[in-house]
Amino acid sequence: MRRNGVHFLVAAGLALTALLPAEALAQGAIKLGELNSYKVFPAFLDPYRKGMELALEQANASGGVFGRKIEIVSRDDNGNPGDAVRVAEELLSRENVQFLMGTFASNVGLAVADFARQKKVLFIAAEPLTDKITWQSGNRYTFRLRASTYMQTAMLIPEAARLKKKRWAIVYPNYEYGQSATAAFKALLKKAQPDVEFVAEQAAPLGKIDGGAVAQALADAKPDAIFSSLFGADLARFVREGNTRGLFKGREVFNLLGGEPEYLDPLKDEAPSGWYVTGYPWYAIGTPEHKRFLDAYQKKYGDHPRLGSVVGYTTVASAVAAMKRAGSLDSEKLVAAMEGLQVDSPFGKITYRALDHQSTMGAYVGRTALKDGRGVMTDFSYADGAKFMPSDDEVRRMRPAQ
Amino acid sequence: MSSLVIQFLNGLAGASTLFLVAVGLSLIFGVTRIVNFAHGSFYMLGIYVAYSIISRAGAGGGLGPAGFWGGILVAAMVVGALGALIEILLLRRIYHAPEMFQLLATFGIVLVIKDYVLWAWGPEDLLGPRAPGLGGSVEILGRPFPEYDLALVFIGPLVLGLLWLLLNRTRWGTLVRAATQDREMAGALGVNQKWLFTAVFALGSALAGLGGALQIPREPAQLFLDMGVIADAFVVVVVGGMGSIPGAALAAFIIGEIKAYCVGIGQVGFLGYSVSLSKLTLVAEFIVMAIVLVMRPWGLLGRQQGAQRIAAGARERPAAGRAMQIAVLAVAGALAVMPFVAQPYTIVLLIDILVYALFAASLQFLMGPAGLVSFGHAAYFGLGAYGAALLVKKAGLPMEFALAGGPLAAALGAVVFGWFCVRLSGVYLAMLTLAFAQIAWSIVYQWDQFTGGSNGLVGVWPAPWLASKTAFYYLAFTLCGCGIWLLRRIVYSPYGCALRAGRDSPLRCDAIGIDLARLQWAAFVLVGTFAGLAGAIYAFSKGSISPETLGIPLSVDALVMVLLGGIHTASGPVVGAAVLTWLQDTVVRNTDYWRALLGAIIIALVLVFPQGIAGFARRRWARSEAA
Repeated sequence: MRRNGVHFLVAAGLALTALLPAEALAQGAIKLGELNSYKVFPAFLDPYRKGMELALEQANASGGVFGRKIEIVSRDDNGNPGDAVRVAEELLSRENVQFLMGTFASNVGLAVADFARQKKVLFIAAEPLTDKITWQSGNRYTFRLRASTYMQTAMLIPEAARLKKKRWAIVYPNYEYGQSATAAFKALLKKAQPDVEFVAEQAAPLGKIDGGAVAQALADAKPDAIFSSLFGADLARFVREGNTRGLFKGREVFNLLGGEPEYLDPLKDEAPSGWYVTGYPWYAIGTPEHKRFLDAYQKKYGDHPRLGSVVGYTTVASAVAAMKRAGSLDSEKLVAAMEGLQVDSPFGKITYRALDHQSTMGAYVGRTALKDGRGVMTDFSYADGAKFMPSDDEVRRMRPAQ
Repeated sequence: MSSLVIQFLNGLAGASTLFLVAVGLSLIFGVTRIVNFAHGSFYMLGIYVAYSIISRAGAGGGLGPAGFWGGILVAAMVVGALGALIEILLLRRIYHAPEMFQLLATFGIVLVIKDYVLWAWGPEDLLGPRAPGLGGSVEILGRPFPEYDLALVFIGPLVLGLLWLLLNRTRWGTLVRAATQDREMAGALGVNQKWLFTAVFALGSALAGLGGALQIPREPAQLFLDMGVIADAFVVVVVGGMGSIPGAALAAFIIGEIKAYCVGIGQVGFLGYSVSLSKLTLVAEFIVMAIVLVMRPWGLLGRQQGAQRIAAGARERPAAGRAMQIAVLAVAGALAVMPFVAQPYTIVLLIDILVYALFAASLQFLMGPAGLVSFGHAAYFGLGAYGAALLVKKAGLPMEFALAGGPLAAALGAVVFGWFCVRLSGVYLAMLTLAFAQIAWSIVYQWDQFTGGSNGLVGVWPAPWLASKTAFYYLAFTLCGCGIWLLRRIVYSPYGCALRAGRDSPLRCDAIGIDLARLQWAAFVLVGTFAGLAGAIYAFSKGSISPETLGIPLSVDALVMVLLGGIHTASGPVVGAAVLTWLQDTVVRNTDYWRALLGAIIIALVLVFPQGIAGFARRRWARSEAA
């Protein structure tokens, strides 16, 4: 952080000189373009950047690709699709990057994906969760790393159905992610448990939930269980009000993304106990591939990884693997290499499906608990993304023909 | 029944919070007439500072009530002191700039504070402790209700009472009220305005800080708070009537209750449709504001503002001198040969600049010659963009027709919005435009099947013959250039003359039989069409659009461009759009803390060019010609 402060001063002076044409400085290096909403979602994207830099360092230490070093040119897209498309143009035409990766918000991801289709360049969407990016709006040049809204919701369904709760209340942030999660949850649970009833549904404006009124309204509906897709500050408000008002007493609660350190850590000793969540319990994953990642990350940064770190790390790992498999930097060859590509991620081997360009990276599903004054996930297991997809036929129906 | 009572209490707690944020803004606006965008930033600083103090106070073990409440008061004072400092160092220098110009300075402050907070407190949300002694809940009608929310229900009226005493029972308060009613007269009577303004600004900032600090037990300190709060605060101030503190309280009460009941009532069956009222919370306050302003043009308890003593006189210059004409032609010529000499990315950037220049020029026409300020100008840009995109995607029309249809959609929106808006004036009018823009935004944001909801629409690419960047650049250059030229022509047409006459003296206009409201309505439709054209070009240049194109940030960008360039020059918006877009592009690439740097540059520009950049150049020009 401190170093950035110095950057900021120096940059004021550099701002003018930077207008000069930025010729490819390092002729030898392979340049990759990356764009993300660093200033809009810093809580997720600071760790993401760290993960990305770690993977880059490792790739270059082991000789890079085709004997050339890899360089990532990173840009801030300001969280705005219009700016993102301009930044992507800049990366391609001025920086001459080979392909694009990154993005956080779904609308930005979709805009860049369509831009990539138009420009016929590979785009690895790192974080956007919207189902549409690989399904309804999917295209030949776009691949997505993270498990989609639908997949993560589906991961919670087996537990939800097993509990046989009849009356469910739902709360969600009022935009596409929350709406899709709610729709998927209702449809999937209804299929698994036909007698289920949805007794209340609260759509809260993103970032501005009225925690007290919402908690009260849900309690008034007297549900047996609650499904929430809140995150960030909305989740914190909802948890605090719900705790104070006794909303969670004797009720099972499911919260999509609730176990991600980005959202669980800030709750500190007020983190809920016994909630069913998807997330990332970095402190308790015993697999050797995760251990390697964790050690390297902690050694480099002296801090623990967040989910963003894993996403950033795996995005770069995927890019490197794709180049190696393609044996070329040609867009069409890269796309062909991405289809069915296997990548070693901190979560184990993942595959980018040829069918819909969705990676099979999963998430950890478990229950929250309090330990030493902070929230953790316990009794968790890894839900492999490959197992929580609609049937191939359904996917084909949703995805436009190439 | 009992749930209705509890929701009423929830509404009161929410209202109390809203009131505390808004009352400071109302005070500041009433006296200084500054549209203070940084108010939300002061609120955010309040919660962060209080977090730091309280967690330090509680570090040694249990946090006592003294530590908690003391921390909140200290946080409010710290923010108040910062407000005073900003007023003395920055705002005091620009009170004599054209109206609304101070808005630009406060916008710079918003950017700086946001990055400062990120740098000082880090990106993670910070959830503060519960209030000692008030952490639990009490049973009300068999339902647990948080003690702290109950306390908030009383804190709001307490602050209201204290302020009433201050304003009505002290000499200082009398001066503040005098300045609110007629500040020139107060000055003429020998009131030292300098220190009055500083004190009011400090008090208003401290109240914002207090409002933020009091939220510590209810929500985490986070970086989105500033923007989330500022719009709400403006709504409360305007609905209540500007400068009226009881009005702000009443408005906060109404909005707080309506929101609580929207959530509390939830699903409602209506004519066989099931409507989820909770979705309405997205725009509830803006709907309330639109209704109130249409019924009562001065807010609930506001009074018609005192006579404004604007010096009438032609601020526009009818015809540019020969040297100026040559300069314009030279710029146009340079732009025309750009694709042959510039790098490909420069062309991409220039398309953005051209689009924003037309967009800003349309706003400048409204703000300068027509004298109508719009805070919701992005509505027309967005309607144009969505109109064009939908014609291509849903109606399957060719791109050329869509490009013409987009502006029509925007014009249609302007016909409706403008009809209501021209009945109002000043900041009330500006806020009504904002209300309509937000309502339009929320419809686009929610209507998944038609507009693509929050994700927007993708695949809006130009026709094949325009697919190359060069071809598209010439299209944008031609359309935007003609648009800007036309707007400028209209300023000096008979219609433009009548419009300017109406701005300078509505009374005389009335006397000679000019139907001003009608002319102004026409102005809305006119600028709506051009803003819509800019939006349609934008959609095709990006290949996709999403609700951001109707959002508040874009409206603010347009204001910044106009003010940065100079509100009373036709070249102002073009210069402003070019400078802001280019700055953003350059600064973002070169530093992590680009927002702070951009804010600092804007503040510096404000201090150097209080007439705007083009306004400054014109003055220089005039002076050298006279010499």
